[in-house]
Amino acid sequence: MNGASVIVIGGGATGLSAAWWLARDGVDVLVLDKGLVAWEASGRNGGGCSHHFSPLFAEEQRLWPLMDGLLGYPTEYTRSRVRIARSPEQWAQYQLGPTNAARQGFRTEVIDAKQIAELAPLAGPDCYAGHLCHWGGHANPHRTVQAYAWALQDLGGRVMQQTAVRGFERSGERVTAVETDAGTFGCDTLVIAAGPHTGALAQALGTAVPMVPARAEMIVTEPLPLMPETGVDGNGLYGRQTRRGNLAYGGGPHEWLAETGLDRMGLGAPSRAATPLMQNMAARLAQMFPLAAHARLIRSWAGIIENTPDGRPVIDRLPTCPNAIVATMSSIGFGLSPATGHVIRDLVQDGACSFADVSSFRLERFSRLEPDWREQQGWLAA
Amino acid sequence: MTFRDPYSVAGASLPLQETTTLLVVGAGPAGLAAAIAAANAGVKVVLVDENPVPAATMGDDVPHFFGGRMTGAVRNTGAMMEAFVASDPAIAEAFDAGVDLRLGTLCWGLYTNGPSVGWMPGPVAGLADGERSWLLGAERIVVATGRRDMGLAFDGWEQPGVMGMEAAVRLATRYGALASRRAVVLGTTAEAVHGAEQLAAAGVEILALVETGPAPLTPTGLPVIASATVRRAEGGVDGVSALVLDGPSGETRFECDTIILGLGTVPVIELLDSAHCRIAFDPARGGPVPVLDEAGDTSVPGIAAAGDCAGIWAEKTRDPAVAAAEGRRAALGSGAVDLPQSAYDICAYRLGWVRSATLGARTEPYVCQCEEVTAREILEVRPPRYLGAPPRPGDNSRDLVSLLGQAPSPDQVKRLTRAGMGLCQGRRCREQVAALTALGSGTTLDRVPLATHRAPVRPLPLRVAAPTGEDAGIAAHWDVWFGMKSQYQNFWSLPEHYTAAGRLAGKDGLG
Repeated sequence: MNGASVIVIGGGATGLSAAWWLARDGVDVLVLDKGLVAWEASGRNGGGCSHHFSPLFAEEQRLWPLMDGLLGYPTEYTRSRVRIARSPEQWAQYQLGPTNAARQGFRTEVIDAKQIAELAPLAGPDCYAGHLCHWGGHANPHRTVQAYAWALQDLGGRVMQQTAVRGFERSGERVTAVETDAGTFGCDTLVIAAGPHTGALAQALGTAVPMVPARAEMIVTEPLPLMPETGVDGNGLYGRQTRRGNLAYGGGPHEWLAETGLDRMGLGAPSRAATPLMQNMAARLAQMFPLAAHARLIRSWAGIIENTPDGRPVIDRLPTCPNAIVATMSSIGFGLSPATGHVIRDLVQDGACSFADVSSFRLERFSRLEPDWREQQGWLAA
Repeated sequence: MTFRDPYSVAGASLPLQETTTLLVVGAGPAGLAAAIAAANAGVKVVLVDENPVPAATMGDDVPHFFGGRMTGAVRNTGAMMEAFVASDPAIAEAFDAGVDLRLGTLCWGLYTNGPSVGWMPGPVAGLADGERSWLLGAERIVVATGRRDMGLAFDGWEQPGVMGMEAAVRLATRYGALASRRAVVLGTTAEAVHGAEQLAAAGVEILALVETGPAPLTPTGLPVIASATVRRAEGGVDGVSALVLDGPSGETRFECDTIILGLGTVPVIELLDSAHCRIAFDPARGGPVPVLDEAGDTSVPGIAAAGDCAGIWAEKTRDPAVAAAEGRRAALGSGAVDLPQSAYDICAYRLGWVRSATLGARTEPYVCQCEEVTAREILEVRPPRYLGAPPRPGDNSRDLVSLLGQAPSPDQVKRLTRAGMGLCQGRRCREQVAALTALGSGTTLDRVPLATHRAPVRPLPLRVAAPTGEDAGIAAHWDVWFGMKSQYQNFWSLPEHYTAAGRLAGKDGLG
């Protein structure tokens, strides 16, 4: 068996960051992915790095400016963000982030319509008010996740694409090997970071990790001249102006999907169809940036992401399998990924996180979860 | 009553502005025949066609590779419409048969329910004109979106005057608006030869057809230069002024105003692929084409395909009746698309052209003109130049397989280099990127995964793309993400245990 000390299932932002962090420690790591690196939600999101509500926020903010240098490949990370409110109602909604960030030592300025027009000219002269966040920012998701993979390979780590996991070998409680289409690979430690498939993989090791997959959509326009501030969002949309100049934005309703079992991984994975919601997003983007209403939309797309019942991460050892760590970021994984990898590295190597209180990621918080929680929350397929 | 997450599409409706029994997309021979046959059978039919497209759109090489060789006539919208209507007697026949025919109306997306979409009311088409977009529901949709040209990068190909054969034939025969007097054609496919003959009949002087191989693929009375390599296009303020070839007997120079690409004619499957119809590479049908059943239906219920978008081969190119027959059968769900005899290996043929003209170029021309990406940058998966990342030592010694894995996908190349991500939506470079992916990973063209097509399949201004109607629930519950308050609760104030009964309800806002 051509195994590794640590096998990571999932070549997305979380799994590859974890593998890269471990490889930096000299650990022999193998990443398995059913498809291609960054192919799923990790490569399809808005690229935001502004997660003020997370215990990993400070580490996220510390690491991002360092990532190009640490990885050796460009991520397109750009610091800061402007959030614009076009109405008093939107303004009232947008107060949580600055409050949370301030408590953790990050500064936010309130800016008026004139300042917004200077920083984000496409928004025009008549915004209600905005925030200039001296934190957060954005990166290019696909480029970043590929950078994790290349940086991992540069350190001797391995990535096997098109390799779907079919099961596990166990010895007592411990997992000893991963069975795949391409053979069986032995391991000392297993990290499951497989997005919507994480629940089925954990179940195969005896632990229920509650989650439901959903589909969400985004749009992108042709390139426009770069605004002085590219990390601009608001009006019910998230996203950014890319370094190339495209407006890439998402927001609005999601679609809950039937759960995906282990037998459906690979070929049977849900397709990533978009719907006419493209139009609803386009309308809101034109409202947010009236001076870009002429800009031509050139693509829309969708991604499949999972959510836990409270929408928050689970990063924990499986109670039924002590050498397996499960990691789901519950639909908010890309921006936090530099820090998430660090957490997983700490758990594998040291048994505990060295830099943040990650007790809110524990699986045990769902021990009183009702069996019909999905129905109670209305997370039903259309 | 079942509670449904109001921030999800469960329970939301999709407002349709109109409905019909049959929608046909594309008013070429197949689409017109389909619409007329259905109307004659008493079926309510809407037939849309984006032509004539606005002059500015043509200038962006959308939807065809017009290469700037339109006469001023294309700016006269009314005259273009008249010319289009007059160009095919079947258009008048369709009106007479009661087909609801809308010209200047494009279809930018097709949607149905599938493995990850459950809220469509049935097959839905996104339509638009220059002013607005709207949704049309149809019981059945026949896609007859035709063909377009494969691009080919060589030194000087970015200039006006390098264009595709389909674009040239359209301008010349539909509109009398081709600004070309002396042309050289690259390629000797049946499409190149047939097109060159039509252009010659329209008064264009065809100086030669050029072939990289030792002999022409298709017999023709026109002059052929075989065993030739395209060296460069020379030009001036008006674009192309000459084409220089390298052949067995040294350099040959043709004084010409147009270089017409006829080495690859491609089925237009954008709508079919973005609607997740199963697509397979068929070298006898022009490359990636929809997989069709005996009724002419795709793998997606309610969507059929007919005409060139379902496959292109010599007999179909020469005789529009072949496509028309397919259209009639698809409209009535009564027959399969004909299967051609493969005349030549399009995989080797197209790779040969890319190897010779693009990899053999001396000035590293852009393969992707929109995003300015060269063949070398594609093969080495270089980040775009505007990022200013310094080349890494050893990067240029890595091949596609070592960089991206055993089966590199053009989608990876696209996302990392941006080739194919521009305003022309990859129409000029898509086949070239696939060919380079094959060459760079040592595989054959038919084994290269198809780069994904996405709606809108035409560039659509945001103000035009905005919906005509919006579900009241979607409007009331529009949230930046999932509308889960607990997701954005700050981490220092979370409860010890989470239960569905105790969940925090309501909109949170990303803050």
